[in-house]
Amino acid sequence: MEMLLSTLISALQMGMLFALVALGLAIIFGVMNIVNFAHGEFLMVGMYTAFLTATIFSIEPLLTLPIAAMVGFLLGIASYYMLVRYLLKGPMIAQLLGTFGLMIFLRYLAMCIFGPDYETLEHGLLIGKSIKLGAVVLSYPRLGTAVLSMLAFGIIYWMMDYTRLGKALKATALDVEAAGYMGIDTERMRGLAWGLGGATVGIAGALLINFYYVFPTIGILFCMIAFATVALGGFGSIKGAFIAGLIMGMIIDLGGTYIGPQYKFALVYLTFFLVVVIRPKGLFGW
Amino acid sequence: MLKVEKIEVRYSGVPVIHDVSFHVNGGELVSIVGANGSGKTTLLKTVAGTLHPEKGSIEFENEDISRSSTVNIVRKGITYVPEERRIFGPLSVEENLKLGAYIVDDREEIEKNLDYVYGLFPILKTRRKQLGETLSGGEQQMLAIGRGLMSSPKLLMLDEPSLGLMPKLVDEMLEAVATLKGEGITILLVEQKVREALEMADRGYVLQTGRTIYKGTGEELLETDIVKKAFLGL
Ligand SMILES: Nc1ncnc2c1ncn2[C@@H]1O[C@H](COP(=O)(O)OP(=O)(O)OP(=O)(O)O)[C@@H](O)[C@H]1O
Ligand SMILES: [Mg+2]
Repeated sequence: MEMLLSTLISALQMGMLFALVALGLAIIFGVMNIVNFAHGEFLMVGMYTAFLTATIFSIEPLLTLPIAAMVGFLLGIASYYMLVRYLLKGPMIAQLLGTFGLMIFLRYLAMCIFGPDYETLEHGLLIGKSIKLGAVVLSYPRLGTAVLSMLAFGIIYWMMDYTRLGKALKATALDVEAAGYMGIDTERMRGLAWGLGGATVGIAGALLINFYYVFPTIGILFCMIAFATVALGGFGSIKGAFIAGLIMGMIIDLGGTYIGPQYKFALVYLTFFLVVVIRPKGLFGW
Repeated sequence: MLKVEKIEVRYSGVPVIHDVSFHVNGGELVSIVGANGSGKTTLLKTVAGTLHPEKGSIEFENEDISRSSTVNIVRKGITYVPEERRIFGPLSVEENLKLGAYIVDDREEIEKNLDYVYGLFPILKTRRKQLGETLSGGEQQMLAIGRGLMSSPKLLMLDEPSLGLMPKLVDEMLEAVATLKGEGITILLVEQKVREALEMADRGYVLQTGRTIYKGTGEELLETDIVKKAFLGL
């Protein structure tokens, strides 16, 4: 019973982070119908940004969040204006391979610069601390990550529904041509979608280093989880990304605990597969 | 107000509009009629900035807009209500209308325009929370026109507003267009209901395979052989 409760709590916490990781992928796909294969590498860049800022300047890791968000934002914007914009003019296959190329480039660039080592933060407000509530132990890094992920997610969700900019993004996602007839600068909205995608996953990276190693190829792992999350939630749906993130957390943690840790990612792929076969548009897809 | 001069428009190199000229004066309702595929939609999309002419010029209020982006053209006061309506299905009626006012910064103006559109199409007011995609075809067309009016345009371009509507609704829709004209809005209308479109119009143009073959007042055009034979079945 206690184990189930701890596992459920941990699953929810991880789920919130997964949701934040998937959010950017969902926004980019929603606005442009493009799958960003480099999304996991954006996360990796966010992690290194936060890790290096925190260690080199000896500052509190949580204070690196805005920096990671900014770097992620710029990375997203640069990817759009320097690469994706041109891919759109090419055939479908160029769009697929283009962001795939960006993924390889960023991953091995990181490998060149940082080497293959696993790095981990040793000091920080949350690191290594936990609180015991009855039989359940809550680890501060995970708890903090969950709370801040949800906060970041909530801000974006609110922005999409209640601001002029969010409405314009939504309109562009629904119908680019019609959005243009409204006087919306759809080209800027696309750039912005990449910026937001980069910023949110950058924040997720900066949170993740509080309890996870950073290494150049970490993108693969989270990219697959994010793909499965977005497929489950419905490509382009923000609400879907949130709920599917929580479900992914459940699948990974409950599966890892009760079926066996070696199966947890197999379960992710299985979910992905089942969604594609049974309900290709996902839970909340258009 | 709008002056289109000898434009040629191509789709991937193939000319579809050849040497077309027309103009719209402030306060006028100008109709463009022509068979399917004659290039009416292409013409409106070129004015809207979705396409750009290969040759010729487009002037709006004495400013060349033939290379301007759609965004700038909307900001200058031209809105295009597309043939396929293209309302935002998963958004509510009111959200659709507010997106129509995207370029308007003044909240009072938005409220005023919203009241105006609800006055013109009362059914939209009763359905304002309903999702666009759940509206009937006629209501969607009203929404598309209403959305086009939300930015207080100087020139409203309507592409086949009666398309796919039952006869009673066609009349209603064209009446709404006449009301707009009566209120001084300048309108460029493309319609398949040739008789009605020309009767309402101050002036009109007949388009055939990408060329203007006739121009004149509505009554004049209704008297031409080509209009009688090809469109009115006389
Ligand atoms: N995207 C496109 N690519 C290539 N050719 C096109 C494209 N759109 C239209 N055309 C061609 O251009 C010509 C004019 O089309 P357009 O849609 O402007 O005609 P229309 O007068 O609006 O017809 P309708 O009454 O059916 O709406 C047609 O021959 C059409 O096949
Ligand atoms: Mg047409």
